[in-house]
Amino acid sequence: MAHKLIKPVMSAEEAVTHIQPGSSLMVGGFNYAGVPYTLIDALVAQGTDNLHLISNDTLYANDRHPEGIGHGKLVVNGQCRKVTASHVGLNRETQRLFNEGKMELELVPQGSFVERIRCGGFGLGGFLTPTGVGTIHEEGKQVIEVDGKKFILELPLKADVAIIRGYKADRWGNLTYYGTGRNFNPAMATAADLVIAEVDMILAQGDIDPNDVVTPGMLVDILVLKGDGYYASRT
Amino acid sequence: MLPVLDEEVVRHRIAQRIALDFEDGAVVNLGIGIPTLVSDYLPEGVHVMLQTENGVIGAGPKPEVDDLRLIGAGGRCLSLLPGSSIVASDMSFGLIRGGHLDATVLGALEVDSHSNLANWMIPGKMVPGMGGAMDLVTGARAVYVATTHCDKKGRPKLVKECTLPLTGANVVSVVVTEFCLIRKIDGKMVLCEIAPEVTPEELKANTTMEYDVAPDLAPMKGIE
Repeated sequence: MAHKLIKPVMSAEEAVTHIQPGSSLMVGGFNYAGVPYTLIDALVAQGTDNLHLISNDTLYANDRHPEGIGHGKLVVNGQCRKVTASHVGLNRETQRLFNEGKMELELVPQGSFVERIRCGGFGLGGFLTPTGVGTIHEEGKQVIEVDGKKFILELPLKADVAIIRGYKADRWGNLTYYGTGRNFNPAMATAADLVIAEVDMILAQGDIDPNDVVTPGMLVDILVLKGDGYYASRT
Repeated sequence: MLPVLDEEVVRHRIAQRIALDFEDGAVVNLGIGIPTLVSDYLPEGVHVMLQTENGVIGAGPKPEVDDLRLIGAGGRCLSLLPGSSIVASDMSFGLIRGGHLDATVLGALEVDSHSNLANWMIPGKMVPGMGGAMDLVTGARAVYVATTHCDKKGRPKLVKECTLPLTGANVVSVVVTEFCLIRKIDGKMVLCEIAPEVTPEELKANTTMEYDVAPDLAPMKGIE
């Protein structure tokens, strides 16, 4: 199906109505940077549940922030049936829900996590990595020997929806990123059926030099301008 | 029993010794804790490029004004040094796995006779996740373990066989504690340097890791 060339600009509240209960949901970000905070807050308000959250980490939930920060709120709010991540040590609720058997948790080495998403978005059936060979990460996975060296076969990861965070967008959906906010966002933009990008600014066509575009607009479906929340305004 | 040294002395001694191993121009990833201190002790004239797995190559110290859009892997704000670059996570881990990093420095729960490293989980307790550690120990050309010699209960962390889930199998290149430097040479762990507070016999009695002693065993570098 052809994508619209000029991308709709929506409020965060309208954009998240496209996320259905039970969806697999990729969320960009590493720690504080590159997180679509405004979309997450709207999704928390909407209360969509039974989600499979696919994100590098689940940000924070601790004594200072029991309600959670960023997509950590989706976990605290009980909206996730499963989390796929590389590190959840800063969100006590992720660990508690998993330890009590109330939520599924799949931990993936960070390099394998992003490469699985890349495979999902780039039409590859999987990849062979030495990461995790000889560890418990090997369990339940195929180990394949190539030229006398062992590799784990890792399978692609895709999602129904990706909510990502960019810096500049133009109306074609072309995106740039800022600082360490780039992280997993460009890979996730390739690997979901619906891609919603929260950005700092939305420019007219032609106002981003094609040489500077990191994520081509053809991958992006909906644009949302970031809000003035504490972390959205600081990242 | 090994002598108990001041905690700050221990941390800085380990960091300083590892820093002395780095050559000018090396690209290095530093983990959280003692590893972070390594960059404070680089010898005069040695400049390394610090890589952070969330996408910075050429990271500098914490800036005067925090900007949450520029953070290191531990979530602390960082600055960008001249010559630095920012990449996405797939490129960052491509660099890590692809052998483009000269070294990574990490902490340990256990490190053993077979150069296995366990540092990411304790079953039945917290399950934080491995983050980038498994990729780093697999891909970096040299894996430095920076750890206190014993845990808080006085049990050696340099053990015969790891009992905790591994971060990587046969991956460790160098182990530095407050009392020694052990290097993997031809697949075997070899005690190369020892601190002035202990004798080789005392060290052996408090280390269950199996290791050889280098014929030219030397005093630990960096201790005045």
